[in-house]
Amino acid sequence: MTPRTSPFHTRLAPLCTPGLWKDWAGYVVAPQYQYSLTNEYYAVRNSVAVFDTTPLFKVHVTGSDASALLERALLRDIRTCSVGRAQYTVWCDEEGFVMQDGVIVHVDENEYWVTSAEPTLRTFRQIARDRGLSDVRVEDVSDDYGILAIQGPHAHDVLGQLTADAAGLRYFGASRSRIAGAPVVLSRTGYTGDLGYELWVERSDALRVWDALWDAGAAYNLTPMGNTALKMSRVEAGLLLMGADFHSSRFAWVDAQRETPLELGWSWMLRKLAEDDRDFIGRAAIEREIADRTSRWSTVGLAVDSHDYDRVYEAAGIVPPLHEVYSETTMSIYRRGTKEWDYAGYASSFFTSSLLKRPIALAKLPLDLTDVGTEVDLEVQVIRQPKNVLARVAALPFFNPARKTAPVREEAA
Amino acid sequence: MTARERYDAIVIGGGHNGLVNAAYLAKAGLKTLVLERRHLVGGAAITEELVPGYRFTTFSYAISLLRPDVVRDLDLVSHGLMVMPLVNTFQPDTNGDYILLGADDYVNYHEIARHSREDAEAAQDLDHGIARLVRALKPWMDRIPPNPLSDDPSDAAEMAELSSYMSDLDRPVRALLDEFMTSSAADILDRRFENELVKSLYASSGIIGSRVSVRDVASGLVWLVHKMGDYDGVPGQWGFHKGGNGGFTQVLARAVEHYGGEIRTNAPVSRVVYEGGAAHGVELADGTRIDGDIVVSALDPRNTFLSLVDADDLPADLVAHLEAYRYQGSAAKVNFALSGLPAFPGLEGRADIFQGFTNLGPSIPYLEAAFADCAEGRFSRRPFLDCCVQSTIDPGMSPAGKHVMSCFAMYAPYELAAGEWSTERDALADTVQETVEDFFPGFGSLVEHREIVTPHDIESLVGLSEGNIFAGELFESQMFVNRPAPGWNQYRTPIAGYYQCGSGTHPGGCVTGGPGMLAARQILGDRSS
Repeated sequence: MTPRTSPFHTRLAPLCTPGLWKDWAGYVVAPQYQYSLTNEYYAVRNSVAVFDTTPLFKVHVTGSDASALLERALLRDIRTCSVGRAQYTVWCDEEGFVMQDGVIVHVDENEYWVTSAEPTLRTFRQIARDRGLSDVRVEDVSDDYGILAIQGPHAHDVLGQLTADAAGLRYFGASRSRIAGAPVVLSRTGYTGDLGYELWVERSDALRVWDALWDAGAAYNLTPMGNTALKMSRVEAGLLLMGADFHSSRFAWVDAQRETPLELGWSWMLRKLAEDDRDFIGRAAIEREIADRTSRWSTVGLAVDSHDYDRVYEAAGIVPPLHEVYSETTMSIYRRGTKEWDYAGYASSFFTSSLLKRPIALAKLPLDLTDVGTEVDLEVQVIRQPKNVLARVAALPFFNPARKTAPVREEAA
Repeated sequence: MTARERYDAIVIGGGHNGLVNAAYLAKAGLKTLVLERRHLVGGAAITEELVPGYRFTTFSYAISLLRPDVVRDLDLVSHGLMVMPLVNTFQPDTNGDYILLGADDYVNYHEIARHSREDAEAAQDLDHGIARLVRALKPWMDRIPPNPLSDDPSDAAEMAELSSYMSDLDRPVRALLDEFMTSSAADILDRRFENELVKSLYASSGIIGSRVSVRDVASGLVWLVHKMGDYDGVPGQWGFHKGGNGGFTQVLARAVEHYGGEIRTNAPVSRVVYEGGAAHGVELADGTRIDGDIVVSALDPRNTFLSLVDADDLPADLVAHLEAYRYQGSAAKVNFALSGLPAFPGLEGRADIFQGFTNLGPSIPYLEAAFADCAEGRFSRRPFLDCCVQSTIDPGMSPAGKHVMSCFAMYAPYELAAGEWSTERDALADTVQETVEDFFPGFGSLVEHREIVTPHDIESLVGLSEGNIFAGELFESQMFVNRPAPGWNQYRTPIAGYYQCGSGTHPGGCVTGGPGMLAARQILGDRSS
C-alpha cells in the first residue's frame, strides 16, 4: 500500500528540507518544511505562506433543496450566507453537542462546497432522507480537488498576479475564478487569522496552478508551511482545533468528552437565535442549555504572565522555554486563593508566541472564571516538577491584524 | 514675549535609548519631550529609503540584546514590535568550502563534523558553556551597577553581593568567565578547535565594532558581550526587526507618543542649562530655551559631559576619565541594492543561506591580516564582512525580485594614516565589493547602488564620537561599574537633575534599551526620594 498523497505532493516533496512526513487524515503531509518552525511561522505574519489543506474532507451540496438541507444541519443560519460568501460554522447532534466544524462556500445558486476534518457525506444525506428533501445531491469530492491556503500580508500580492478576482473579495467572500487557465474556487478564508485565501482546484489542474503560484510567489518569499506552523498561528488567531481543543461527539463515549457550541465559545453563532425559527439539529437542547444555564464551562484565551513564567524556570536555574513550544497536551488550571491545587479546568493548546512575546493558551474554565482579566494558575513542568504560573483570561483572538478583514491594496507596480 | 515651554523631563537625542527612557518617564506620568537633532528619530538604528523601493538599515542592522523588560514594560508588541529570527549562519571560504548552520542542533553538528568531528563536539560544549555563563551574568545586565567608589553602605553591600555572586558560580561557569576575561578570542578557540573555518565561525564575534585583533586579550570580552542576548530565549541568537532597526525605533516612537510623550525632530540642543549645580533646561541651537528640571542626555559620554555642559564645572577626575575613554571607531558599512541574489558556487539560487549572518572572514590569519592594516592606519585590504541579505527575510525591504544587502566591514579606522575619508570612501566600497566578489563570483554585476558609511559618517550623522558604534569601546575598563566612568556609572552626573542614558552607560552598546530603562529607574527613584 502506498500512502495517499495530495495532488501537489510531487511539487511539495522536494521542498521538505528535513524530510519529515506524518499522517493527516490518511494523507502523507509535512509537519514542517524547514528546520526553523519560527521562520515558517513568520512567513504567515510578515510575508506569505502556502499550506496544502487537501486532506480535509470535501463535499458538494447541490440542488434546489440544498439550502434547506444545510439550514437543518448547521448551527449558523445558512440563509445569511449569500452567493459569493463563505461561512465558518458547526453542526451538532440532537443533544446539542458539536459533531464537526467546517467552512461552507456558497459558490452559486443552489451550490455549496463544504470542507471538514471528518467525513460528513452520510450525515448530510441522512438529514436529506429524514426530511424528505428530494432535490438535493450530496457528493463526496475529496479525491477530485486539491486545496491550497495562501496566507500572510503579501497573499494578495502573489494571488493578484494570477487572477483579478482576488482583489474584490471581502473577508469570507468567495468567487469562481481561473488561474493559469484552470477553473478554481477562491475564498478569502484561512486558519491563520491573517490576510489569506484558499483555493480549490481540480486534481488534474493542480500542478499547473501550483507552478503559477510558485512563480508568482518567488519575489515575496512565498514559503511552504507545514501543519505545526499553521497550528502555531491558529492559536494566536483563537481558532479551535478538533482533536486538540474538542472532539467530535460522534466518537465520544460519554458526555464528558462532548462539548456544546456555547461551551466552545461559539455563542456568537447564535446571536440571532431568538429572531429565527430554524429547525436545526440540536436546537431544542441548545435552547434548554441557554434557559437552564447548564453549560459546564466555556472556552477562553489565556495569556501567561511573562514575569511569573520566567520566575519559575529561573528559580530552578534554567532558561525559560520560549522558543517554538507548541503543545496540545492537557495542562491543568487551578483557582488562585488560599487552597492549593484547587482544580478549575485545563488548557488544551499552548504556544509560546514569538510575535506576542509571551506564552498563550486556549483553555476550558468554569463560568465564574471566564471574565477577561480573571487570574488563574496554569501548571507547567519545571525539570519534571509541577509548578504554577500566573495566567489571565484574555479576549480572543490574541492577534487580529486589520489586514485580515480590510480591503486589499493594489501594490504599486 | 511668550512664556517659555516647560517639561518635567527633556531627553536629548532620539536614539533608541533616548526613546526608551522617554517612554518610561512618560508612562510614569512625567510631561516628557524628546529633542532629536536630525529629521528622524532612531539614532544609529534607522532605516532609510535612499533609492526608491530599497530600504537600507543605514547603520545598526540586527537585534539580540534588547532587554525583555523593555518589551514588556512598554508593551512594545502592541506598538508593532516584530523581530524575525536570523536562522542561518553562512561561513564561506574562497575555495568553495563553507559551513552553513541553521536551526537544528544535529544538522549543525554534522555540518561542522564535515570539517572536524572533534570540533563539532567541542562546539556543542562551548555553546552550552557560553549559554550557562550568559544566564549567570544576565541578572547584572538588568540592574543599576553598584558604585565602586561610593561610601554609601548600600553600594558597598552591592559590591559585596556582586563579588560573592561571582565566586559562588558553578566552577565550570566561573572558569569560562575567567577565560573570556583574560584570553583573546583566538586563544579561546585554539584551545578547543583544530579547523580554521570552524574557528573563524566564532572568532568574528570577538572583533565586531572594536579596534581589537582576534589575538588581543580584549577580544574575549567583546565576544562574550555579543552572546549576552537571545532570540525568544535561545541564547546568543539574533533577529531582524520588520523594516530593519529603523522599524524598531519607530515602534519605540509610537510607544513614547502612546504614553503622552512628545518628540520634536530637527531640534538640535546646543547646551544644558544649569545653575548652582542643578539642571534647569536646555538651549537649542537656534537659541530657544526649554525649561525642565530633569534633563537626560542619550548621547555618548563625550557629548554628554564635554559638549553639552562645560567641562570646567565637572570634577577633574571625571574629566580625566572621559578624556581617556576610548572611542577609536573601526567599523564601516556598505549597503548594496542588488538586482538579484548573490550566488555561491554550488549553492546558486539558495535564498535561505542569506536568512541570517553571512560572515566573510574564513580564518584566524585572515582576521589578523585585516587588523594589521588597521593598526597601520588604513582600512583592511581584505576586510572581515558581516553581511545579511535582509530582503530574503522581509520582502518589504526591496522591490519584488530585487534585494538589499547590508555589509558591516572591519576594519576601517577613524583616523587614516594617509589620505582622508572624504576621498577614500569609494575605495573602501570598492574593496568591500571586491571582497564579496571573492566569495560570490559575479557579485559586482548585481550591484545597482551602494551606500557607503565610514566612521566619519557615523560620527557626523549619528553623533557617535569617532564613529564608535557602541558609544565607547567594550573594554573592561569601560564597562559595567566603569561605564562611562567609575563613580558616574549610575546614570547621574555631577549636575543635579542631569542624567545620562546612552549606550555609553551600562549595559550599552548594541540595541539593548537597558541604559534607557535603568536611567529611568534611577530618575524616578531620585524623584520619589
